[in-house]
Amino acid sequence: MNKIYTIMFWFSVLLATIAVVATLILGLNLGVDFKGGSVIELEFLNGRPEVESIQKALFDFKELTLTPFGSSGLMIRTGELSEQNHQDVLNKIKLVFPASGLEERKFDSVGPLIGNELKNKSVIAIIWVLLGVIIYIATVFRKLSRVLPGWAMGIAAIVALVHDVVIPTGIFALLGHFYGIEISAIFVAAALTVLGYSVSDTVVVFDRVRENVLKGGVKDSFGAVVHKSIMQTLTRSLNTTFTTLLSLVAIYLFGGESIKYFALALIMGIFLGAYSSIFVASPLLVWWNKGGGRYG
Amino acid sequence: MKVNYLLIGIIVGSLLLFTFVYPQGVNDGIDYLNWKLEIGNWKLSHVPNVPFRLGLDLLGGTHLVYQADLSKSDNKSDAMQGVRDVIERRVNFFGVAEPLVQVSGQDRLIVELAGINDVSQAIKLIGETPFLEFKETKADTQAILDAQQKGQRLNEDPLQATGLNGKHLKRAAVVFDQQTYQSQVSLELNEEGAKLFAEITKKNLGKIVAIYLDGVPISTPVVQSEIKDGNAIISGKFTPAEVKLLTTRLNSGALPVPISLISQQTIGASLGAESLSKSLKAGIYGLILVALFMILFYRLPGVVSVVALAIYVLIVLTFYKLIPVTLTLAGISGFILSLGMAVDANVLIFARMREELKAGKSIRASMHEGFSRAWLSVRDSHVTTLIGAFVLYVFTTSIVKGFALTLGVGVLTSLFTATVVTRTLLNLFSGQKFENKKWLF
Repeated sequence: MNKIYTIMFWFSVLLATIAVVATLILGLNLGVDFKGGSVIELEFLNGRPEVESIQKALFDFKELTLTPFGSSGLMIRTGELSEQNHQDVLNKIKLVFPASGLEERKFDSVGPLIGNELKNKSVIAIIWVLLGVIIYIATVFRKLSRVLPGWAMGIAAIVALVHDVVIPTGIFALLGHFYGIEISAIFVAAALTVLGYSVSDTVVVFDRVRENVLKGGVKDSFGAVVHKSIMQTLTRSLNTTFTTLLSLVAIYLFGGESIKYFALALIMGIFLGAYSSIFVASPLLVWWNKGGGRYG
Repeated sequence: MKVNYLLIGIIVGSLLLFTFVYPQGVNDGIDYLNWKLEIGNWKLSHVPNVPFRLGLDLLGGTHLVYQADLSKSDNKSDAMQGVRDVIERRVNFFGVAEPLVQVSGQDRLIVELAGINDVSQAIKLIGETPFLEFKETKADTQAILDAQQKGQRLNEDPLQATGLNGKHLKRAAVVFDQQTYQSQVSLELNEEGAKLFAEITKKNLGKIVAIYLDGVPISTPVVQSEIKDGNAIISGKFTPAEVKLLTTRLNSGALPVPISLISQQTIGASLGAESLSKSLKAGIYGLILVALFMILFYRLPGVVSVVALAIYVLIVLTFYKLIPVTLTLAGISGFILSLGMAVDANVLIFARMREELKAGKSIRASMHEGFSRAWLSVRDSHVTTLIGAFVLYVFTTSIVKGFALTLGVGVLTSLFTATVVTRTLLNLFSGQKFENKKWLF
């Protein structure tokens, strides 16, 4: 195997470790839909008053966090607000700043019960997708197992998949900590999409490996066969990833604030999905096979 | 020359789909033709316009989740159905286009109101719906009442539920007491309610049967005789205005069980409109970028795949209108993402074709090999995405469901367009005269 594989593999291991550590230490910054609580998003059409003076005006209400955003927006985060309290907050601001052109753009209030349910549902969904993917891998690689040990391919594909989800999670732990970016329900969709994408990309490479092993017999080293297969599928991998990334970049740039970070999560995940087939799953397959040494 | 039915089908089909997806444009064209041609009274008629269904986050509106308290209810699904019916009537009462009221799980009710300006008012109207209940005395009622006078057993209810409540109400009306000229509310119960009421009054002859509204006793009459006709009177010290309000509220629906608002998500109309235009823009740029890349990289087959991509867009949008798929922000991003994935199959096939061409095969043979040998990879790479989309659809909440549905529809459709459509179109260029123009491929 080429040296570049070893280097990139350990680089990936390092990144994934950092990501796990970052997630464990910093935790994920979950949005209200998971945590429960309320968020009011306001826009001041005639310019935002000083945040401090708004804070002062809302002195009566406890535990409000005010975060300005954009040029004239304001986010108010609190525990769960009743509709009455919600209206009280709005009326208070209107009363104190009558000329500010206050407009409420968004109000989310989620009870802790719903938040917990969403968490459970997300975990269940992820478990089901993993199960589905494992069954899929088992069926696909069953055919290949006459050529290569099936479990090695399965494990290699799953390690790559974990890698593709763990690294973006770590990055979002950092983004959440330093920039206050929250993980909302839609991130589950991103994670599941990445899971599916990552496996299919690995399958395409391994499929080629099988074909080449069958065709070429044992005359090259296994590392060389895998490398050849990667090179053959490289254009396809790059192009598919590239077209998918193009549409995601369009969402990231033009789709607006609320789905920007969802697109970012997908961009990272899908890029890593293609990357890990080459630099994580393939080296693993080769190294594992060195131990057994039988593939032909 | 052999007639290529598949090709004709694709062309005619695409035109029909275009008319369905973008009827405004076609109708403008028809108007123009009618005006230009002016053939007597004969006019081309407009094509019907089925609109896209937009979600709350694009239209502006509110998503409310209510929790019903079913602890005292025997038939839980009946009770929920009752709550649903009543709230639907309530919601219809203040006129919102296409409101959604649905039971979710065992004891949840989801209400979605699109394009509403005063959400707070709506919540009030829904929440204020009265909860009517009849209660009777139990064995230790007097003991509890006595104890409560001394400040003990305060948490106990001296009365017990009878099972007769708002869902048994047929009609409420304002009536006047013949002797005192006090205004009262007369209740007419439905068949089941009348039967229950007869039993209750028989059992409690000479005792109190209290009428509770929203958990507060509003009338505590003593039963004088068994009442079989299902008519009850709420009397008390009401002003005529109060009686009238109470009657209206009861008529518009008394809830069989109490409910409370546990989640609210409201999106202002301006934010919705902004999100819509932004996501459309993202979609158009996404489409252009993917198309440019395909043409630059794959030349003639690239152009063909872009045509297939356009047909893909038409088919998918038609599905959105027919199913119909409620388009949310997440749903539209699922669609845009699927644009990139839709060409995946083409990328796989074209890559194979190039390899075969390089190996010196003719264009026709390379095409054939490309399609047949890439098929397995194409199928495999779509399956996992479908697994993901399916699980997402089944196990998650509405926001994510939209994404899963558009992604799933997209992946399935692209399997068809990237293979059948692309192949049919590409076959047009497999003739002898293209064999010496291999640079096109």
